[in-house]
Amino acid sequence: MLKALLSEDYPRSRLLTALLVVIVAGLALAPFVFPGIRPLNTAATICVFIVLVASYDLLLGYTGIVSFAHTLFYGIGAYGVALALDAWPASWGAVALGTALGLALAMAIALLIGLFALRVQAIFFAMVTLAVASACLILASQLSGLTGGEDGLTYRVPHLLSPAFRLVDGKVLGVRLDGRIVSYYLLFLAAGALVLAMLRIVNSPFGRVLQAIRENPFRAEALGYRTAVYRTAATVAAAAAAALAGALMALWQKYTGPDTTLSLSIMIDILLMVVIGGMGTIYGAVVGATVFVLAKNYLQLLMAAAAGATAGLPLLPQLVSPDRWLLWLGILFVLSVYFFPSGIVGRLRGRGGEGGAPRG
Amino acid sequence: MTDRTAETPAVPSPPLKERLLARLPYWTVPLLALAGLAAIADLSTWTTLTLAGLAMGMLIFIMASGLTLVFGLMDVLNFGHGAFISIGAFVGASVLLALGGWTASSSLALNLAAVCLAIAAAMAATGLLGWFFERVIVKPVYGAHLKQILVTMGGLIVAEQLIHLIWGPNQIPLPRPEALKGSWVIGEVVVERYRLLAVAVGAAIFLGLRWALVRTKLGLLIRAGVENGEMVEALGYRIQRLFVLVFVAGSALAGLGGVMWGLYDEIITAQMGLNILILVFIVVIIGGLGSVEGCFLGALLVGLMANYTGFLAPKVALGSNILLMVAILMWRPRGLLPAGKG
Repeated sequence: MLKALLSEDYPRSRLLTALLVVIVAGLALAPFVFPGIRPLNTAATICVFIVLVASYDLLLGYTGIVSFAHTLFYGIGAYGVALALDAWPASWGAVALGTALGLALAMAIALLIGLFALRVQAIFFAMVTLAVASACLILASQLSGLTGGEDGLTYRVPHLLSPAFRLVDGKVLGVRLDGRIVSYYLLFLAAGALVLAMLRIVNSPFGRVLQAIRENPFRAEALGYRTAVYRTAATVAAAAAAALAGALMALWQKYTGPDTTLSLSIMIDILLMVVIGGMGTIYGAVVGATVFVLAKNYLQLLMAAAAGATAGLPLLPQLVSPDRWLLWLGILFVLSVYFFPSGIVGRLRGRGGEGGAPRG
Repeated sequence: MTDRTAETPAVPSPPLKERLLARLPYWTVPLLALAGLAAIADLSTWTTLTLAGLAMGMLIFIMASGLTLVFGLMDVLNFGHGAFISIGAFVGASVLLALGGWTASSSLALNLAAVCLAIAAAMAATGLLGWFFERVIVKPVYGAHLKQILVTMGGLIVAEQLIHLIWGPNQIPLPRPEALKGSWVIGEVVVERYRLLAVAVGAAIFLGLRWALVRTKLGLLIRAGVENGEMVEALGYRIQRLFVLVFVAGSALAGLGGVMWGLYDEIITAQMGLNILILVFIVVIIGGLGSVEGCFLGALLVGLMANYTGFLAPKVALGSNILLMVAILMWRPRGLLPAGKG
């Protein structure tokens, strides 16, 4: 059972296993263990980002492609659901249609970018995707008639997911089972399924070819694999997963705007999560996204306390002020690229002594 | 044993058509300008837009030239270039705001002196930073593209945060010096004074770079390094020293561009570097990675295109540059004038 679920790709380290169990259990029980709106929102964000980061890892960690257009696919998925729910009354049909259209568009664009940009020099790809992504960000804020422009779209979700819905009357374990809880569990289960599906992909023969391309594209080509086709397929698969993550986020937030879906800062966040968690391991995405989102939400509180404590000293209060959290994560990012390129997961596995993490 | 060299016939000059085709990249700029004239159909508007486009192109060129040289010579794609642009702009702004008395007076000489001081400070700061960046951040990852992109991106993030730390989180308005404000109206053509300065500085940088690359020994070594770095090393030159030099020069140019762009937009933010970097990338791709002349052509194309489409169809202005890039890459997959890579 477990073997089939994890596609025979075990964490291979006791510490990592323990960490993953804690994360999954924490997310599964989040509404009951950490009641309240803010913790639930944090948990939902973690679920969505795990999917998003894992899909990006498929590109960066497994295939060795640096793309800056990943938020584009995420945004397309989110806008697909948002536009459908904006145009039609809130029904499951609208959600399904919006998701399907967003998914199809994301995959089509990924195919186009892949066919076009992956054939030219590999280093062009990073630049081309950055340019395309920023153009789409501007497009989304310019086409205000369709997308609501900078303000974004606010819409209603199906009754089952709305806070007014009650699954059972009264409270269970001190928590009212309303539509928020239902939609959290929908998110949790969908995210879990997507992560397991990606684990399946990277451990399939297809995934092995991707890793071969990452390690040595010439040799892979010489062995008879058409690297351009495999790279494009990886891009399309990653785009599909990112679009689904976007659709989930759109359902959860009931709001979709350019800043929350398409912006470059989200792209940078994803990059940080992949590298800090560990490139080339889907588990790294789980750990990286959890650590990063928790840091984003709670490190700031800690830093505010530190800033308060050091108020009298020169410079130090500014360095630890809550707005500067990205400074520290950026430094951590640079250091981790040099000193532990395989990230937290690679570090834990290295200590476990079994099997080496793949080279980044 | 016959002397074979004497028998080799002189290379016949290729037919006119081929020679014209080889020169075609140089014709793209006038061709685009003509296409713009056809689309706008109003001579004075077109002249104004073309001048504005050339000025914008020159500014982008200043920033892109450093990036393309660094790529050509060291095979490093430096995302940190965006950070140098922002930091240059902020250092320059600090100097200009400190010299408020000079910039507020209407004397052109005092104004230019203030701008020159700001530029010198910005170039010194970004050059120094570039030296640090090359030694500490880029040097350990030569030859590994993936790591380079990640590490320089990380450098960009940290630098952006440091700007917030030093200059505060808000954007800073940066008014142009008194004598550079406003514009001349000649007939129906409007020429902004500052844009003229931008064109002059850009042209000077381009000619200076070309002179340095073509006429000096150092330039010869740099061009040889772009062509085949190992051979330069084998001939006994320390290519590492060239690397540092070009990196510092490229960073200083980014700083210069940052100050000029800040005065052009009259407002500076910590994110400006990343936003401009996107334009710079488009320019560098269009021109062909590593080529200064291609970069110049690409910058002019992008500047003109942005201004024409900004007038004709404002909503697709940035998209038009992507389309331009796609079109050029379809025609020439390695850019207009790619630098030779051994």
